[in-house]
Amino acid sequence: MISYILRRTFAAVILLLVVSAVTFAIFFLLPRLVGQTADQLAQQYIGKSPSKADIAAVKHNLGLDQPVYVQYWHFIKGIVAGADYNLGPTTVHCDAPCFGYSFKDHVAVWPQLTSRLPVTLSLAVGAAVMWLVSGVVVGVISALKPRSVFDRTFMGVALAGVSLPMFFTGSLAILLFTYQWPIFGRTYVPFTDNPAQWANTLFPAWCSLALLYSAIYARLTRSGMLETMNEDFIRTARAKGLPERNVVVRHGLRAALTPIITVFGMDLGLLLGGAVITESVFSLHGIGEYAVQGITDNDLPKILGVTLLAAFFVVIANLVVDVLYAAADPRVRLS
Amino acid sequence: MTELSQTGAAVGEPTTGAAPDAFLEVRDLKVHFPTDDGVVKSVDGLSFSLEKGRTLAIVGESGSGKSVTSQAIMGLHRLGTRGKNVRMSGEIWLDGKELVSAAPDEVRKLRGREMAMIFQDPLSAMHPYYKVGDQIVEAYRVHHKVGRKEARKRAVEMLDRVGIPEPAKRVDSYPHEFSGGMRQRAMIAMALVNNPELLIADEPTTALDVTVQAQILDLIRDLQKEFGSAVIMITHDLGVVAEIADEVLVMYGGRCVERGPAAEVFETPQHPYTWGLLGSMPRIDRETSERLIPVKGQPPSLINVPSGCAFHPRCPYADIPKGNVTRTVRPELEQVGTGHWSACHLSAEDRTRIWTEEIAPKL
Amino acid sequence: MSETTKPQSADGEVLLRVEGLTKHFPIKKGILQRQVGAVKAVDGIDFEVRKGETLGVVGESGCGKSTMGRVVTRLQDPTGGKITFDGRDITRLSTGQLRPLRRDIQMIFQDPYGSLNPRHTIGSIVSAPFRLQGVEPEGGVKKEVQRLLELVGLSPEHYNRYPHEFSGGQRQRIGIARALALKPKLVVADEPVSALDVSIQAQVVNLMDDLQQELGLTYVIIAHDLSVVRHVSDRIAVMYLGKIVELADRTSLYEAPMHPYTKALMSAVPVPDPKRRGQKNERILLRGDVPSPIAPPSGCRFHTRCWKATQICATTEPQLVELRPGQRVACHHPENFADQAPGDTVLLSVAQEASALVPDAVLEESAQTGEAQTGPGAKTSTGKAAAPKADAPVEEPAGGEGAATDAPAAEPAAAAEETAREVAAGSEEPAAAAEADEPEAPKASQEPGSEESGSQESTGK
Repeated sequence: MISYILRRTFAAVILLLVVSAVTFAIFFLLPRLVGQTADQLAQQYIGKSPSKADIAAVKHNLGLDQPVYVQYWHFIKGIVAGADYNLGPTTVHCDAPCFGYSFKDHVAVWPQLTSRLPVTLSLAVGAAVMWLVSGVVVGVISALKPRSVFDRTFMGVALAGVSLPMFFTGSLAILLFTYQWPIFGRTYVPFTDNPAQWANTLFPAWCSLALLYSAIYARLTRSGMLETMNEDFIRTARAKGLPERNVVVRHGLRAALTPIITVFGMDLGLLLGGAVITESVFSLHGIGEYAVQGITDNDLPKILGVTLLAAFFVVIANLVVDVLYAAADPRVRLS
Repeated sequence: MTELSQTGAAVGEPTTGAAPDAFLEVRDLKVHFPTDDGVVKSVDGLSFSLEKGRTLAIVGESGSGKSVTSQAIMGLHRLGTRGKNVRMSGEIWLDGKELVSAAPDEVRKLRGREMAMIFQDPLSAMHPYYKVGDQIVEAYRVHHKVGRKEARKRAVEMLDRVGIPEPAKRVDSYPHEFSGGMRQRAMIAMALVNNPELLIADEPTTALDVTVQAQILDLIRDLQKEFGSAVIMITHDLGVVAEIADEVLVMYGGRCVERGPAAEVFETPQHPYTWGLLGSMPRIDRETSERLIPVKGQPPSLINVPSGCAFHPRCPYADIPKGNVTRTVRPELEQVGTGHWSACHLSAEDRTRIWTEEIAPKL
Repeated sequence: MSETTKPQSADGEVLLRVEGLTKHFPIKKGILQRQVGAVKAVDGIDFEVRKGETLGVVGESGCGKSTMGRVVTRLQDPTGGKITFDGRDITRLSTGQLRPLRRDIQMIFQDPYGSLNPRHTIGSIVSAPFRLQGVEPEGGVKKEVQRLLELVGLSPEHYNRYPHEFSGGQRQRIGIARALALKPKLVVADEPVSALDVSIQAQVVNLMDDLQQELGLTYVIIAHDLSVVRHVSDRIAVMYLGKIVELADRTSLYEAPMHPYTKALMSAVPVPDPKRRGQKNERILLRGDVPSPIAPPSGCRFHTRCWKATQICATTEPQLVELRPGQRVACHHPENFADQAPGDTVLLSVAQEASALVPDAVLEESAQTGEAQTGPGAKTSTGKAAAPKADAPVEEPAGGEGAATDAPAAEPAAAAEETAREVAAGSEEPAAAAEADEPEAPKASQEPGSEESGSQESTGK
C-alpha cells in the first residue's frame, strides 16, 4: 500500500514535469518555431511603440535571449528555490514556489493563485456535493422504477441539463435570483468571514454548475444501479429476507457507487483547476477567471501557472481516486 | 377430488383454498412474464408436495422452469424491476401458510428464516465488498434481535459447522479470498444460520469440481439429517439426483412430465424425455456401449410452447398414440406406479415395451 | 473416439509430442515490479498424441489443463520444454512461422457464446479461416462453408444468419465447423460441451465422434467431466497442479486407476443410479482444496491431500513411469500395483487425517491389490500403514525417530530418504499394534512386514 502510494507519487511528479515541459514548449517554443523573434515576444511586455533599447533590455531581463531549455530550467528552479526577476530599474524577488511573474500585473503568479483558490474551491466543492447527492438520488429512484413517470421526467430533465450551456443556465439564474428576486448575494464573501453569506452568494452558481453535472451523474447512477440490481448477490440479499430498502442501499448502492467515485474524483479535480465559464458568468474571482485574464492579456506566466495547478489537481485526484477505490472494493489490490 | 399419492401429493385437479397436510405443497403454480415478444410461460401449471426431512430433486434443462419455480417459492420474482411484470397464480403452501396471496412483507419475513436458498455460483452470489462473516451476521440479525457480538459468534459457529477451517479467522475474510468450495460452504452456512425448515439449492454444485461437489453434497446430506429440513435440489445432473434425492420431478417446457420416488424413476422411467436425459448422459460407471442417445432438436421456446405434448417435436414416439393426440391434447399427469406419475400419451404397455426393449439395454 | 477408431492407436504414428512442457505466469511486486514468483500453471509434462486417437485431459479447475491446451496450440508461448507436431519442432516458431501451422491445429472453445463475433454472419465466421490463410477451396468459399454447415448438422441456409439467432448447441456446432474448415490434423477442444444442456451435450459428443471417423481427426479433449472424458477418449491424462499424475488408456484408467488422485477423482463422480447410493463406502472424500500453483507442495504435489502419503512423498517427486504397458503413473504408492517405495511405511500426519475420510473398503481393497500384484513374498506395507484408525497414531513410533516425521519437507531429499528408512524400521511396532485394531486386515502381513522393513534397511546401506 505504502509502496504503491510512493510509486504513484513518484509517477505523479514525473507526469507534472512532463506537463510543465509541454506547456512551456507550447507557449515559449511554438512562437519561435512559427517565426516570432525574441524581440517580438519581448515587445508584448512593454507599452506601445517601445524603443529598441527597451526591447533589448526586456529581452535580456526576461531571459528571452536564452535558449528555451535554459528558460525552462530557470522556471523549474524558481518553483523549488524562488527566482529573481530583473525589471530594469528594480529587481523583484519571487519566493519559492515561484510559478512565474506576471509582467502585465507586475505581481508574482503564485500568490495570485493561492488567493483565488478558495473561491474556486468553494464553488467546486459546493457544486460537487449538490450534484453528487441529487444525481445519485435521482439515478437510484429512476433505476428502481425504470420507465416510470419519474424516470422519464427526470431523465428528460437530465438530458436538458447536459445540453443547456452554462452561460445560458448561469445567466438565467443570475437574472432570476439576483436581479428579479434578489434572494441571493452578489459578491463573494469568504467562508471564514460569514458562512451564511458565503453560501448565499454561491448558491446560484452551485445550482447552475450542479445541474450540468447531476444530469450526468443521474444517468451514471441509473445505469450502474440497473446493472447491480440484477446481480446474483442482490438475489442473495433478498433471499436472506432483508427489507428491500436495505437491499437497495447496503447491497445495491454500495456496489453501484464505487465506480462513480472514479468519475467524481476526476470531475472534481478538473473543476479545481478552474471552472472557467461559471466563474466568468458569476463574476467569481477564481482560478478560471485568472486563466481567462491570462489568455486575453496574452500573459504567458499566468497561463502556465494555471495549467500546472490544474494538472496538479487532476494528478492528485487520480491518485486519491485509486486509493479510495481500493479501500471501497476489497478485491482491488494496489500493486 | 384430490388424488393423493403416498407422499401426500395432490395432483390433477388442485384443491384450492384448503391448507394441506404436507409441509410444502405447490398447487397449479403458474409464473408468466409478459414481454414485448409475447408471454414467457416459465412455469405453467406445476403441482407437487414435499415433507420435512425429504429431498426433492427438480431436474430439467435450461429454460425448463426449474429455477423459476424455486424463486417463485421464495417470492423472489415479485421483487425488483421485474417484479411489476410477473404474473403468478396458483398456491404455494409452506407449513400451513399460503405464499402466493400473502403480503410481500409476510413472505419476506419467512425468507431466510423458514425457507433459505443457495445458488449456483457462490462467487457472484456473495457481495464482493462485505466480509463473509458480516454477510452471515446480516442474515442472522434480520430475523433475530441480537447484538453484533452474539451474531458473530453464531456466524463462527456456522462456519465451523460447514467445515471451514479456522472459522474464527476466516469469518473476517472476503468472498474472493475463499476457494470455490469454501465459498459454497459459506453460502450454506449463511442459508442455514436461521435453521430454516426448507432449503432450496439451485444447482449448488454445478460450478464446482467433482471432488468439491462430493464434499458439498455430503455436507448438505449431513446437515439435512441434523436439522430435519426439507430440501429442494435443482439440478440438471442426474448423477447428483441419484446421489441425494428421495423424489424426482422432471420438468420440461414449464411443466412436470414425470415425478416419483428416485429409485423408481431411475429404475423404470415412464416418460420419453426422462429416457432421453438418461440416454444423453455419458456414464462413468459403465464401459461405453457405443454412442450416446441424444434427444434430437432444441428445447422449446417458452413463448410458443408446442401444442399438445410440449415434447412431441423431439419425441421419437410421438406417432405411436393413435390420432393426432400428441399434437393436440396436452397430457395430464397420470399415476403409473406407487407415488409415480407421468404425463405421456403412450399407453402403459407401449412405455414398458419401449423402455425394457429399446432404451434400457442401450444405457 | 469410440471403439472403432481405437485399436490401431497403440502403434500409430505420433502426431504431437510434448516433452517437459512448462508454462509459468510471472507475479510481479513492489516499486520496481520485480518478479517475486510465478504461477506454475503447467510445470513439466510429457505426453504424445498419436494419429487418429483421442487424448482426454482431465483435472480440476486450476490444474493447468486449459493452459496446456493453449500452449500446445501455440496460442500462448511455452516457458520451457519442447512441442513437436508432425515431426517438426514448433516450440519457438514466430507468429509468421506459425501461420501455416494454424491450418493443421485448430481449437474449439468452451463458451459457444463468447467465441463467436456477434456482428458477423455465420458465413463470414466459418469462412474466416479461408480468408486468413488465403485459401480458395474448390467450388468457392460459400459452397464450402455451406458444405461444412451441413457436415456439422446445420442447414446451409444459416449462412447469412447471426450467432444470436442460434441456441448454445448450434453455436458450438458453428465453432466446430469453423475449426474444421481447413481440414486440420489436430483439434484441441477445451471443454467443448460443458456449457451445454445434457441432451445437447450428447448431440455434440456424437457429432465430434462422427467427424473423427469421417475425417480421420486427432483430438485432444480437455474437460473436467470424467464421464464425458471416459466416453470420448482412447487415452486419458489426469492432471493435478500442473503435472500429469497418470496417463493411461481408457480401460486401464477407469478399471484399475493407479494414482490415488485418479481414484479419488473418479469415486467423486455421482452415478445416475440411486441403488448405488447405499454404497457410500466407495467414495473417497479429499480434504480441503487444491494447493496454490504459486507454491506447490514439495515432493509429490498430491501428498498434502493423499491418504497414502509417507515421508518419501513429501521429499521426492515421483516420476511418471510406465508401470504397466500403456499406463504411466507418477506415484510412490500406487493403487492396484506394487508399492514403489515399500520401505517407506510411516504415514504423514496429514495422510492420517485424510485416511479418516477414505472408506475402509477402499483401504482394504488397495491393500489386497497391492499384495496380489507384488506376490506373497514381497508384501507391501502400504495396506497395513493405511489401515490404522485415528486412535492408533503411527507417527509416534517407539524412540525419538518419530520427530522426523513431522518436519520432512525442508530437508534435502537424500537425507530425508535416510531418515525415512530409519523411521520405517522403527515403525513396525505401532503398525503392528494398529493391525490388532483392524481385524479385517490380512493376517499374514504382520510378520513379513517387519522382515521387509529390516531387509529394506540392509539393502539401503
